[in-house]
Amino acid sequence: MSVNPLAFETIRTYPYASRAERAEEQVHQDSAAQTTVLGFWIYLMSDCILFAALFATFSVLGREFAGGPTGRDLFSLPYVLVETLCLLVSSFTYGMAMLGLNTFKRGDVLKWLAVTFLLGLCFIGLEVKEFVRLVGEGAGPDRSAFLSSFFALVGTHGLHVTGGLIWMAVMAVQVGLKGLKASVSVSLLCLSLFWHFLDIVWIGVFTVVYLMGSL
Amino acid sequence: MFGKLTLAAIHFDQPIIMGAFGFMIIVALSVLGLLTYFRRWKWLWTEWLTSVDHKKIGVMYIILALVMLLRGFSDAIMMRTQLAIASGGSHGYLPPEHYDQIFSAHGTIMIFFMAMPLVIGLMNIIVPLQIGARDVAFPFLNSLSFWLTVAGFGLINISLGIGDFARTGWLAYPPLSELQYSPDEGVDYWIWSVQISGIGTTLTAINFITTILKNRCPGMTLMRMPIFTWTSLCSSILIAVSFPILTVTLALLALDRYFGMHFFTNGFGGNQMMYVNLIWAWGHPEVYILVLPAFGIFSEIAATFSKKRLFGYPLMVASTLAITVLSFLVWLHHFFTMGAGADVNAFFGIMTMIIAIPTGVKVFNWLFTMYRGRVRFSTPMLWTIGFMVTFVIGGMTGVLLAVPPADFVLHNSLFLVAHFHNTIIGAVVFGCLAALTYWFPKVFGFRLNETLGKCAFWCWFVGFYLAFMPLYAVGLMGMTRRLNHYDNAAWHPYMIVAVIGAGVILCGIVFQILQLAVSIAQRKRTRDLAGDPWDGRTLEWSIPSPPPFYNFAEIPVVHTRDAFWAMKQEGIVPSRVPQTYIYMPCNTSIGVIIGGFSLVLGFALVWHIWWLAAVGAAGILASAIAYAFDENRDFYITPDQAPLLEELHSVTATAR
Repeated sequence: MSVNPLAFETIRTYPYASRAERAEEQVHQDSAAQTTVLGFWIYLMSDCILFAALFATFSVLGREFAGGPTGRDLFSLPYVLVETLCLLVSSFTYGMAMLGLNTFKRGDVLKWLAVTFLLGLCFIGLEVKEFVRLVGEGAGPDRSAFLSSFFALVGTHGLHVTGGLIWMAVMAVQVGLKGLKASVSVSLLCLSLFWHFLDIVWIGVFTVVYLMGSL
Repeated sequence: MFGKLTLAAIHFDQPIIMGAFGFMIIVALSVLGLLTYFRRWKWLWTEWLTSVDHKKIGVMYIILALVMLLRGFSDAIMMRTQLAIASGGSHGYLPPEHYDQIFSAHGTIMIFFMAMPLVIGLMNIIVPLQIGARDVAFPFLNSLSFWLTVAGFGLINISLGIGDFARTGWLAYPPLSELQYSPDEGVDYWIWSVQISGIGTTLTAINFITTILKNRCPGMTLMRMPIFTWTSLCSSILIAVSFPILTVTLALLALDRYFGMHFFTNGFGGNQMMYVNLIWAWGHPEVYILVLPAFGIFSEIAATFSKKRLFGYPLMVASTLAITVLSFLVWLHHFFTMGAGADVNAFFGIMTMIIAIPTGVKVFNWLFTMYRGRVRFSTPMLWTIGFMVTFVIGGMTGVLLAVPPADFVLHNSLFLVAHFHNTIIGAVVFGCLAALTYWFPKVFGFRLNETLGKCAFWCWFVGFYLAFMPLYAVGLMGMTRRLNHYDNAAWHPYMIVAVIGAGVILCGIVFQILQLAVSIAQRKRTRDLAGDPWDGRTLEWSIPSPPPFYNFAEIPVVHTRDAFWAMKQEGIVPSRVPQTYIYMPCNTSIGVIIGGFSLVLGFALVWHIWWLAAVGAAGILASAIAYAFDENRDFYITPDQAPLLEELHSVTATAR
């Protein structure tokens, strides 16, 4: 995997021999962490445009039912409310994990990550169940432009959440193996941003797709 | 087992396709053979393919782009000869179904796989050096971006031999690109090659915005940044904002084609015009993504070769920013004929004309930079002057096309084709070729041959006018684009002139290949290891050529614009021996591996080989997770190792 590009041996990697080297390492890690977080923010903004394009698509096609079922026929608002609560509460529990990180309590971090993971899994499970039901009722994505844009928007959000869950599992293993060292903390922070971002996007989905669609 | 892929996908009966594919395979095999013969595999892997060094990644991008320039240009020559022959009763030598693939491939290649890698390669090499940084903010991500681009490059080249490419034009408008009208794999090749490389491009943009915002050396405020860095920043912002739209558009088209959805279909509520809107909401910023860095290049060259500071630096920055914003407000001028109504068309027409103002500001800034300067007419400066003349013509025909009633007449005519070639070749291609001459000695430590460079310039310049001015004329005479043959004899002479122009450009390309060969052969004569061959003004010229892998022995401290020029005025000589800790990223093979799996994934999706697609996707995920567990990502160089490093660098630099 990663290799030092210089073959000659005098260049040390780990561990750092002197106190001066450790100090350098600290200074470097602080600025590297800031850079990573800024980069991740820019990624999120870019991802935001991706969702904006999908929302625009839904706005254009959301009333093109092609004689098929409409949102009012298909959506069950109480069901979506449960879905929404799962995701919103998971954002809160992720916040608890971050509090654990700030106080350097590895056990707390792992515990709250597990709760968040389960809530996220519930969300995805409910969403998949809804998709299966819709397809079973003959309201699959190939039925009308409305349903195509519905499945694309909600599905893309669901794929992001799935990605977040995989990332969260990886992070839990990392916290277990490596502890709360700097590189792990930065990744947890980025995942936190990602998770809250998906929450915000979901509020848009909930409003534009489900609430306005049920009118 | 192999999805739609059968032996029938390879057109053994088509001599032109087989010839081109065979030639490509022979070239690839001879490169592989030479590597084996000279036992360079390990060197290639450890020094280049797995490198995260921004300079090496930049060089690899540029090699990729130049290879694709040759392929895209071959397509151009084929089209021009076809049109020079296929007049009156003649149907030429390219059947329509092959011809359609050629013009689709030409556009796709020239934009996505020639211009983009060329611009991004230059940004990679130059930006960190101009801002006094040791590397980009995320070196591994940089390697990953490059290898995703390579995956797209692989896919589009495979399409030359295995199966067909899209016949839908470079933007694959539905409903033609829908499954109903394009049932074969052509459009799928287009979708996945562009999609995979596009994701790489988005990651590059995120990387460069962060690099420019975070990795500048002390004292380099935003308003002290070199203009090329400014334009790279704006171009990266445009990428980060516009490429996600492309990603979505391609994904929706793929959903239509793979899952029978109805985004852009004729029936079931689909809306084709939404595709056209979405693709141009990406596509128009895209042309500024390409041209802004070129503007930056000309600014650097004009200042250096006039021995003056750039005229109107703050205005140059302001006009760049203005173009960045305005470029998102003009997309509809690509389809005035959609019928959006007079008000909408008038708005977009006016916005389009307004873009000419900041662009005009730039042209005057370059002219005033040259005014009363000591202008040296070296090759980079010739390209710059050639650009100014050519681009102004292209800009004026653009303003003409921005008038909706005029556009109704000229829409989809060769006048339009002439216009965008006029701006893209005149600005992007001339700019990148100027940049290659200008920064070549920085990267390799010797200059390119000046005489052959000038020959290449004059051939390109004259060839361009011969090839494209006739197209303006026939466009006004009513000739539409993408014609395979025609029966209007009045157009024929113009087509003959155009093919001669293409031939003259070919001479330019031959001169450039010669220039490279001769320059390498005579490199001892033009060697410049000190690092400042042009009497440069910005920080990249303050370090040795080729730069050591850590770029700056000591991170410079900047007090003004044109920081290196100021240092030279004050007699400050930057230290070339590291005094402090230098922190560098380790090389990694994960980028290559993810790129490889992406190629597998793309190929499998094109041919509906679902198990292989699963392998590709799983491979990408597993490699990414493996990288997450990789602890050994960086290393330090301590000051006591510095003299050894310095010696090592000078030994390898001289040995080249």
